[in-house]
Amino acid sequence: MCLGIPAQVVAVVDPELGLVKVDVSGVRRTVNTLLLEAQPPLGAWVLIHVGFAMSMIDEDEALRTRTFLESLGEPYDTELDELRSSRVQ
Amino acid sequence: MRHVSEYRTDDVAARLAERIAALVEPGRRYQLMEVCGGHTHTIYRHGIEDLLPAEVELVHGPGCPVCVIPMGRQDDAIAIAERNEVIFTTFGDMLRVPASHGSLLDAKARGADVRIVYSPLDALRIARENPDREVVFFAIGFETTAPSTAVTLLRARAERVANFAVFCNHVTIIPALRAILDSPDLRIDGFIGPGHVSTVIGLRPYRFIARDHRKPVVVSGFEPLDVLQSVYMLLRQINDGRCEVENQYARVVREEGNPQALRAIAETMRLRTTFEWRGLGFIAQSALGLRPELASWDAEERFALAALRVADPKACQCGEVLKGVIRPWECKVFGTACTPERPIGTCMVSSEGACAAYYNYGRLGRRRGRVAAAARAVP
Ligand code: SF4
Repeated sequence: MCLGIPAQVVAVVDPELGLVKVDVSGVRRTVNTLLLEAQPPLGAWVLIHVGFAMSMIDEDEALRTRTFLESLGEPYDTELDELRSSRVQ
Repeated sequence: MRHVSEYRTDDVAARLAERIAALVEPGRRYQLMEVCGGHTHTIYRHGIEDLLPAEVELVHGPGCPVCVIPMGRQDDAIAIAERNEVIFTTFGDMLRVPASHGSLLDAKARGADVRIVYSPLDALRIARENPDREVVFFAIGFETTAPSTAVTLLRARAERVANFAVFCNHVTIIPALRAILDSPDLRIDGFIGPGHVSTVIGLRPYRFIARDHRKPVVVSGFEPLDVLQSVYMLLRQINDGRCEVENQYARVVREEGNPQALRAIAETMRLRTTFEWRGLGFIAQSALGLRPELASWDAEERFALAALRVADPKACQCGEVLKGVIRPWECKVFGTACTPERPIGTCMVSSEGACAAYYNYGRLGRRRGRVAAAARAVP
């Protein structure tokens, strides 16, 4: 559960509440960005954890972390399943 | 299918392993604690120990949030979940944690409304959707997760969602490390520091380890190469007689941490005088409770809880595993009475728990095989 998952910002949902839509290995869900210094721009990469963007990362780091997580198999699949069930507002 | 990059990784790993072996000074042993369960997972999953010389031993630390929740708190969680008016929301990992009378999963089978959520914000949404029910979120985790609970609480307060409450079990990593450093059972030469916790707290909180205890710390990323590189950095510090806090994971962890996250925690939570950790006992100022201003959203204020100290099952040696005193396979019930399907202790529940990680990746067989092979080699 402590995995930080790389996600790319694909849409702004509600700037006031800090909500953006992200793409995680093809799963698109809303996450909260209030823990970042500023709302990340479209296309930016963030590490997400339990529905929150925790830090900004660059694309190299994002892709490399994703490859690593995919290599874990089951724990990453479970994380994606739980993300799929999420409807953060 | 393996990617080209994976082969390249193996190559770099082998070279790093050679450099680590070259650092080992004759007659010296190096005991390094990986604090975080995420690292434990990587170490077993990728067989890192097989790459290291026998003189370098990795010892698992207390950094698995599921593992450290004591029986009494889990009993209280189940008591809340079994109330008729309650929808109890939790991360999936907590469902199978054993308590005095079964787990949350057993409570669910008996009819309790227990739901898995991905985020505390999902719990808050469920509260909005069910105004006639009490929705309780089972908050667990280190400083990585506490800020998310904090922001959710601020939202609940701003929107006046009155039927939402948090059962707060957030813990803080530094007091646990202090307890381990003060424990007479153990001699640790250096620490592989947790990556994601450090994105929140930064590097400063670890300085006392270097300054007062004269032990090096390297905050590390989660990939096999990260862990190997951190071992290399620790050995160099030890050989040089240096005790510093170094940052191997600078691509994500900043010196000052995440000020927004720290502010959100400070706004909603305060340190408890003391808190019980599974296997480690009571540790002063090691956990977070809600601030009095948020009492209306505090499950501990809203429901009368037993709040008892409940002893671990006799067979359970999780405390020794969490302190790194014994290795998972040295527990008497490991893999027999205690398995991921029917765990006796918490370390067998989460994939970040040392026992589950060891069990899942068949290391027992491999190690036995290795020991057997070594035994055969003796004429
Ligand atoms: S095998 Fe089970 S009881 Fe023993 S330490 Fe591991 S989790 Fe605890």
